[in-house]
Amino acid sequence: MKPKVLVLRAAGTNCDVETAYAFKIAGAEIESVYIDELEHRQLTDYQIIALSGGFTYGDDIAAGKILANEIKYKFRDKFLEFIELDNLIIGICNGFQVLVKCGILPAFDESFEAQSVSLISNDSERFEDRWVHLKVYSNRSIFTKGMKSIITLPVAHAEGKFVVKDDDILKQIQEHIVFQYVDKKGNEAGYPFNPNGSILGVAGITDQTGRILGLMPHPERHISFLQHPNHTREKLDETGDGLRIFENAVKYFEV
Amino acid sequence: MFRVEITRENDPRGRLIKDDFASFGVDDIEYIEVRDVYYLHGDISKEQAERIASELLCDPVVEQYRIGDPEGFEILYNPGVTDSKEDSIKKAIADLNITIDAAKTGTNYIIKGRYDEARLQQTASLFLFNPLVQHIKHAKEEVYKPAPYKLSVHTIDLSGDLSSISHDMGLFLSEIEMKQIREYFNKDGKMPTDVELESIAQTWSEHCRHKTFLGRITMNHERIDNLLKNTIMRATNEISHPMCLSVFHDNSGVIDFDEEYGVCFKVETHNHPSALEPYGGAGTGIGGVIRDILGTGLGARPVLNTDIFCFGIPDFDFQKLPGGILHPQTIIRGVIRGVRDYGNRMGIPTASGAIYFDDDFLYNPLVYCGCVGLIRKDRIKKSAQSGDAVLLVGGRTGRDGIHGVTFASAELSEESEKSCVQIGNPIMEKRVMDCLLRVSDEGILSSLTDCGGGGLSSAVGEMGKSTGVKVWLDRVPLKYAGLSPREIWISESQERMVLAVPHEHLSRVIKIFQSERVPATAIGEFTNDKRLRLFYKDELVCDLDMEFLHNGLPMPFKKAKIKVVPEQHYDLPKPIEFNSILLAIVSSLNSCSREWVIREYDHEVQGGSVVKPLLGVDNIGPQDGVVIKPRLDKNRGVVVSCGINPSYGRLDAYNMAVSVIDEALRNLVATGGDIRKAAMLDNFCFSSPEREEILGDIVMSARGCYDAAVAFGVPFISGKDSLYNEWVDNQGKVHLIPPTLLISAIGIIDDVAKCVTMDLKAPGNDIYLVGETAGELGGSEYFRMLGIKVGQVPKVNLTQAPKIMNQVHAAMEKGLIQSCHDLSEGGLGLAISEMAFSGGFGVKLDLQDVIYNGKDRRFDFVLFAESNTRFLLEIEKGDAGKINDIFQGLPIVKIGETTEVKYLRVFFGKKKLIDLPLSIIQAKWQRKIV
Repeated sequence: MKPKVLVLRAAGTNCDVETAYAFKIAGAEIESVYIDELEHRQLTDYQIIALSGGFTYGDDIAAGKILANEIKYKFRDKFLEFIELDNLIIGICNGFQVLVKCGILPAFDESFEAQSVSLISNDSERFEDRWVHLKVYSNRSIFTKGMKSIITLPVAHAEGKFVVKDDDILKQIQEHIVFQYVDKKGNEAGYPFNPNGSILGVAGITDQTGRILGLMPHPERHISFLQHPNHTREKLDETGDGLRIFENAVKYFEV
Repeated sequence: MFRVEITRENDPRGRLIKDDFASFGVDDIEYIEVRDVYYLHGDISKEQAERIASELLCDPVVEQYRIGDPEGFEILYNPGVTDSKEDSIKKAIADLNITIDAAKTGTNYIIKGRYDEARLQQTASLFLFNPLVQHIKHAKEEVYKPAPYKLSVHTIDLSGDLSSISHDMGLFLSEIEMKQIREYFNKDGKMPTDVELESIAQTWSEHCRHKTFLGRITMNHERIDNLLKNTIMRATNEISHPMCLSVFHDNSGVIDFDEEYGVCFKVETHNHPSALEPYGGAGTGIGGVIRDILGTGLGARPVLNTDIFCFGIPDFDFQKLPGGILHPQTIIRGVIRGVRDYGNRMGIPTASGAIYFDDDFLYNPLVYCGCVGLIRKDRIKKSAQSGDAVLLVGGRTGRDGIHGVTFASAELSEESEKSCVQIGNPIMEKRVMDCLLRVSDEGILSSLTDCGGGGLSSAVGEMGKSTGVKVWLDRVPLKYAGLSPREIWISESQERMVLAVPHEHLSRVIKIFQSERVPATAIGEFTNDKRLRLFYKDELVCDLDMEFLHNGLPMPFKKAKIKVVPEQHYDLPKPIEFNSILLAIVSSLNSCSREWVIREYDHEVQGGSVVKPLLGVDNIGPQDGVVIKPRLDKNRGVVVSCGINPSYGRLDAYNMAVSVIDEALRNLVATGGDIRKAAMLDNFCFSSPEREEILGDIVMSARGCYDAAVAFGVPFISGKDSLYNEWVDNQGKVHLIPPTLLISAIGIIDDVAKCVTMDLKAPGNDIYLVGETAGELGGSEYFRMLGIKVGQVPKVNLTQAPKIMNQVHAAMEKGLIQSCHDLSEGGLGLAISEMAFSGGFGVKLDLQDVIYNGKDRRFDFVLFAESNTRFLLEIEKGDAGKINDIFQGLPIVKIGETTEVKYLRVFFGKKKLIDLPLSIIQAKWQRKIV
């Protein structure tokens, strides 16, 4: 079955086109839906929801916060029903911030639980666009099955520092880590390898089931070698490291 | 009303601000804490305020909130200044099922230490807030509530002193122009209303009519009617390039891209607003040029932003800062944050640009913002039809930016009109863009334009030029009550566009905008009476003949004089040690790394970035041009680059123009572009053209543009001038900027996989220098470093230059060039250094065979001359023969090779000039600026 992806848009969403494109070449069917339209849609008509990058509502108050509240207070039941049906959700950059702030991630016990982790201003207090190396815990998420152990993707954000509420959460989160900022050799390292000061170098996490993924780096910006900064100096694979994430999602429904 | 303040654990902001205070000389602060503040106005309970604070305003993981009065000092927006966060906060509170009347944001600073309060506040006003738009909280704050407006139409008696009427109303019209207006109204037998006079002033402003470039000039007994037509447009006409689809008449120029699409490009300046309020000025600058692209044809999709800045010296002594101006540090930070916050939120990559530092931009910085768009070829033509509705979409109208356009014709001074200062709302513009592109795709518009300088007056007036139009100003949605018809008509509130919509499609168009909550209001109708008629309710407040409005302007006579630069000699001993000179050059302000700026821009959003502004083994290398592929499913690309050099302009305006054209095209070619598939934009920034020598420089630059464009065969497709860039200080002394021409180049690349970058690729390859070096060091970084202010500016051999560029491209097409870098500021010395540390390989050079024009073949000149049309190429040894064939008859010489050992070693025969590890050169190059 060709899965249907709902790319959710709100005021200030801005990576929706390239995210939709990545899903399209991975073989999915795409529909972009503006948040106000959601009331009139059955989420269960879709198999994948993608929350893409951007600055929803200007990131006013805090990145992703207003959209997170909107989902939490206006569309909670629709999302719960969708999640229970063995479907997939991916939140990239701003989408990750939204998932964390409304409690869909990490969902230690259930969806929409009280927020226990957050993504806050980078240690540099600056927006930064740079390519990073990521260690992948590929068996923890549907999206990362069979991925290389170290991949490169770009980050571009001002509020990507992953923090946790307390030591207890810090213990619990370990098993949920899917992507970690590392140096070229795969070791944990400081700035600029860890571009924002995230604890444990956390760049992306999953829920308990492995069906919901949130990450700060942009896999949709590395689906072809031409997007990689070193394509004029090295022989690279035709497809970029990020494409696998979209392909895995589509494959999940090909039974 | 409730005041909520939020504190964050381990907030780094306090420490960073403490460092800032220290850099401005306040170093006796122990610690600073920053709190975000929200004022919630309206009829809500304490419990509701608590709920808003805990569930919305506060991050439960790292933040705490408190409701109550402030300690310390607090920065708030001035009454009437739009708080761009208010809309989204109100929306978010509504999601909690609570309604409030107004929300205001602020920042609270708790400062501990033995500092002097007055000095602290004064220093804070230099970088923490801008008194033009913000203030330190008063004891009693009020929400801005202007009195409701009651219509009173003013008529103006033109029998008095015309100059003082123009001055008192802030019209910036000359006496001749005022006389023409008086004659028109005398003939009409009535006195003009204030709205009528304003409409004429806006339409006839320098900003809208380019009176210098289109007017009449006499220079040394020679008469020039319409400089633009005689130089820049003439070049385009003569070249008559088949790729030009729409040039000079729309909001941007359009060239051919592929079967379905064209690409359009426009660069604007926003200098005066950025001098006064850098953050808002630069943000609305980028916002404005994006609307130019949106408003091209029937709508183009923005795919790339460019930004080019000229600033004063960032380490200017803070104690010596003249009154009334902002410190360069303040301006630099504000401008970069402004472009970042607007461009990033729009989701348009900001990937191409330049920054130039010079003492003479202390008083008047330059901020150029550009935007490239993708437009369907069947959407390029447009015209409003009689009977179409005038639909205003986007942000509401307020008192922002009244007189921005006429203000552009005035020199800055401490008394400059300040109401032109605005802060943009990029998310509103993003929503306008998303909806507009949907409307454009459906093909249901007749015409479209952006609301920029001159507001509705310019936008509607221009669109209705050939039909006539009537508008009801009371229908324009306002931010607050109390605006007069005159204010509504000329307000430059941001994020607005004007559409001409056939009546049968009106409801569909409005529905699309409403689906994303963008205000869309029919405010009038295009007619067939060729008159501009404005109503406020039933009252006619303006009734003008379109013919007079658009063609009645008497074109002025201006006098120009060619600047005579007396030959000045300099005595320069030959240096004996070169390592230190090279390190000084690589760390000079105009040569060093721009990474600190580039990373703050999202230069990869939209996923089309192919050649990035930072490249190489550690992604720090400064690439000459950038390449994007605007259609993700195609490998066809767009390359963009620029050239600018005010130091040359100060000495020789003609050779500056040809040099910066050469530079822009060099950068384009070095990245994979082909000058036969390229076009250019010109942006003139000069001081007042009322000064004969300045106008002389303008004429000479324009002639340089003509000569170079024709020689290279690269047409101009659009351009803009910003004149009157000067500052009158409080002693009455006038400070001029150096003549500054920005050339932006755009080209089409058939296959982006063939692009080449500047970082060295492997050891054991040969390094070739293409082009001739000459002892023309006037305006060079080397001479600036030595304090030499004279000398010959580099010229361009216009017969040879296009041939060289074509052959570099030919070699690239054949895959023979491993890396390629153009030589500009800092000459050969800087260029080879950048290639080496960016690629992570050393270089060994022998400069003995460098082709040199002239008798003064000195080591320092060979290393640091900035002669035009030169490239460094990295070639695999086996390709030497093919390279020599391709460059037959052109100046090319092998000067060395790449090495595994990471050193830069430069010889001249047996004499060693430079021997430095790359790590040291790179560290100097990556110096901190702000």
